[in-house]
Amino acid sequence: MADYILEARGMVKTFPGVRALDGVDLQLKTGEVHALVGENGAGKSTLMLTLGAIHKPDAGTILIDGRPVSLASPHDANVQGISIVFQELSLVPSLSIAENVFANRQPVNRFGMLDRKKLQRDTSDMLKLFELDCLDPSTLVKDLSISNQQVVEILKAMSVNPKVLILDEPTSSLTETEVEQLFVNIKRLKQQRGISFIYISHHLAEVFRIADSVTVLRDGRKVCDAAVKDIDEEFLITNMVGRKIDNMYGVRAPADAIGDVLFEARNISRGDDFKNVSFSVHSGEIVGFSGLVGAGRTEVGRAIFGAEPIESGELYMDGKPLSIRRPQDAIARRVGYLSEDRKSQGLFLNFSIKANLIANHLSDFTGNTPFIQESKVNEFSRARVKDYRIVSRSVDQELKFLSGGNQQKVLVGAWFGINPRLLIVDEPTRGVDVGAKSEIYALLRNLARQGVGIIMISSDLMEILGVSDRIVVMQSGRIVGQIDGKDATEEKVIAMAAGSLSADGGCEE
Amino acid sequence: MKEWIARVARQREFMIFVIVAVVAVAMTFSSPHFLTTGNILALLLGLSIEAIVVVAMTNLMVSGGFDMSVGSVLAFTSATTATFLRMGMPVVFAVLIGLSFGAIIGLINGFFVAKVGLNPFVTTLSGLSLYRGLTLIITGGQNLAGLPHSFRAIGQPRFFGVQTPIIIALVLIVLGDLLLRNSRFFRQFYYIGGNEKAARLSGIRVDRLKMLSYVLTGLFAAVAGVVMTSRLGAASVTAGTGMELRVITAVIIGGASLQGGEGSVLGSFLGILLMGLILNALNLLGVSVYWQTFVVGATLLTAVVIDRLGKLKNEGQLVLPRFRLARKTTQ
Repeated sequence: MADYILEARGMVKTFPGVRALDGVDLQLKTGEVHALVGENGAGKSTLMLTLGAIHKPDAGTILIDGRPVSLASPHDANVQGISIVFQELSLVPSLSIAENVFANRQPVNRFGMLDRKKLQRDTSDMLKLFELDCLDPSTLVKDLSISNQQVVEILKAMSVNPKVLILDEPTSSLTETEVEQLFVNIKRLKQQRGISFIYISHHLAEVFRIADSVTVLRDGRKVCDAAVKDIDEEFLITNMVGRKIDNMYGVRAPADAIGDVLFEARNISRGDDFKNVSFSVHSGEIVGFSGLVGAGRTEVGRAIFGAEPIESGELYMDGKPLSIRRPQDAIARRVGYLSEDRKSQGLFLNFSIKANLIANHLSDFTGNTPFIQESKVNEFSRARVKDYRIVSRSVDQELKFLSGGNQQKVLVGAWFGINPRLLIVDEPTRGVDVGAKSEIYALLRNLARQGVGIIMISSDLMEILGVSDRIVVMQSGRIVGQIDGKDATEEKVIAMAAGSLSADGGCEE
Repeated sequence: MKEWIARVARQREFMIFVIVAVVAVAMTFSSPHFLTTGNILALLLGLSIEAIVVVAMTNLMVSGGFDMSVGSVLAFTSATTATFLRMGMPVVFAVLIGLSFGAIIGLINGFFVAKVGLNPFVTTLSGLSLYRGLTLIITGGQNLAGLPHSFRAIGQPRFFGVQTPIIIALVLIVLGDLLLRNSRFFRQFYYIGGNEKAARLSGIRVDRLKMLSYVLTGLFAAVAGVVMTSRLGAASVTAGTGMELRVITAVIIGGASLQGGEGSVLGSFLGILLMGLILNALNLLGVSVYWQTFVVGATLLTAVVIDRLGKLKNEGQLVLPRFRLARKTTQ
């Protein structure tokens, strides 16, 4: 028996203009969870896609059980025992659990027709693995919760009987309880089936909760590997970023006084989404909105911005009533909203950086003519790219070629561009790497320093605690508590957010 | 300057322009009849009616929309205008009523797509039958001739030897290209086509603009209908049959996609010019007319394949064999 179930030696992969992998080594012991961390663009995804034979490496050897293997196609990788659970769910919502799990491998009878009984039975067996046998295999995937959809995704990867399961940012769309459930499942597969895991994540805290060992990548090279018990978070950050980051969340200088009340919401309600929500934001203040996913934070943010209606209650700006019925009203009153889902709601991925930067304030670039003046656009865009350190070839580069962190900085730049007085940022650092995160915090703090009020909706508790001047906690559509940033602790916020709610298990449907 | 040339060369319009130029030069040498004023004017006149519709269709497809009903709207406008003229209504009123019918049909299409949320293809496919059907009903299937002489002033005069339909089409193309390319208002259609949700959150009035893009398409189809009726001096119940597919083909050859977010009026015009040119060439070279439809299909497929390859190469997904050879020699 070889020491390593999976070993990659000297992996090289070049794309036009980028050396995505530059001689990377990776060693995975049998039955361990091995975390793969690094900033966006460090090569984690490329390495994963190479191991799954979706990319063909330019050089390097992959060994399974000590034997060199040649992987020509994703199918080969499956046969050799490597299976990938992708970050973006690859399920067909309108088909059943069973048909998704066995996609393209459904058992057939001798006439080549689906053997539905066997399909149901096999799927039930697999669901038992996760103690989800309460679910009917013929349930449609679209009727499942996100966490159960992810279980289906994992089962789909499991259906080829892999030795190695690669998980790509599996927690990005999960709530805290769902994450807990995922970890239980990973441990179960590790112990009962002896499956080894490669776990890719941005959340360093998760590395310490689930992984046995870790490999750090930076700029397409392996920086180090280590057993998790020997290291701490600071060690990982320093190695990932290549420099020490002090004050990750930015600091408020003593001189940055918080001003008068800028914005106020009084008793705003809409159906079951949020009820009697009242709060205020002072100029120069960052108010963090915390709470579980589904507590109504995003709904409140979108309603203030006019993207969704408010049924009752009033908004005030500078003590005067503020009437916002649609996003363009909000923008005209210099209220901005940075969407939590930058790819589907925030950005125009097929468009250039400059087209994205000007999208929400086109009229600033026309002078007194009906035409957009290219020189103004270029001047503005180049300044933003420089100010925000957006790494790109030029302002004409299409956004889909930028890393997540740089895309997010473009989105931030677009909203800073309307010269907001109140800016609502929803999950401002989701899927963004550590270096870009600290830059975004610094930008937000800088904006607040100029007297702007900021509402920051976030599910990342460390971010809420680190950045907010004041924290508002929501639960089931109501504000259940407010706490000064200085006095806040993890325990206090969690206690408020969870309230009397019991944690929901996997079988809620 | 060098940067500017490189940028122009990357444009889809440039690629089609080169192809158009190559075909034109080749034809000049192959046929003595090609480069004559008569042939060029005939070529342009032949595509001028569709070129008018292409302007609005480009705008619509940039915004992610789609309209299968333009050919039927053209026929319906033509029939209604002709009917009113034959009833003795003054030309100006008859034309204005015809044009407003086109705009109203566009509004109906736009309402169902933007407000009710129906699929653009299905909505306008119904329109394709609805308005052709209405045309047949009001005309009883008869062509309407005997229109007043003054009505012919729209489509029949020549200025410096050029027929008015060509002039109208060219003016609309130049104006349309300028507006869609540079004006703040029309740039909003690109954002809608690029990402509708993000456009809404960027403060763009998505529903309203989507409806407008259908209204413009209906209106331009009506303009084409009026010009054509005036040109022919009669309304034909089969006018514009199959036009929607030729127009959409031209827009796609010109660089637009069915997803929206890209395309230009100039590109679309070059697209329709290329198709017209190829048909003209086949005629002059004595190729059977039965080949024409086939060649249009081949042109469309070639254009989108070239486009796709270009995009793959940009994204680094297209690994050409020579890349690997180059690396081996350096190692």
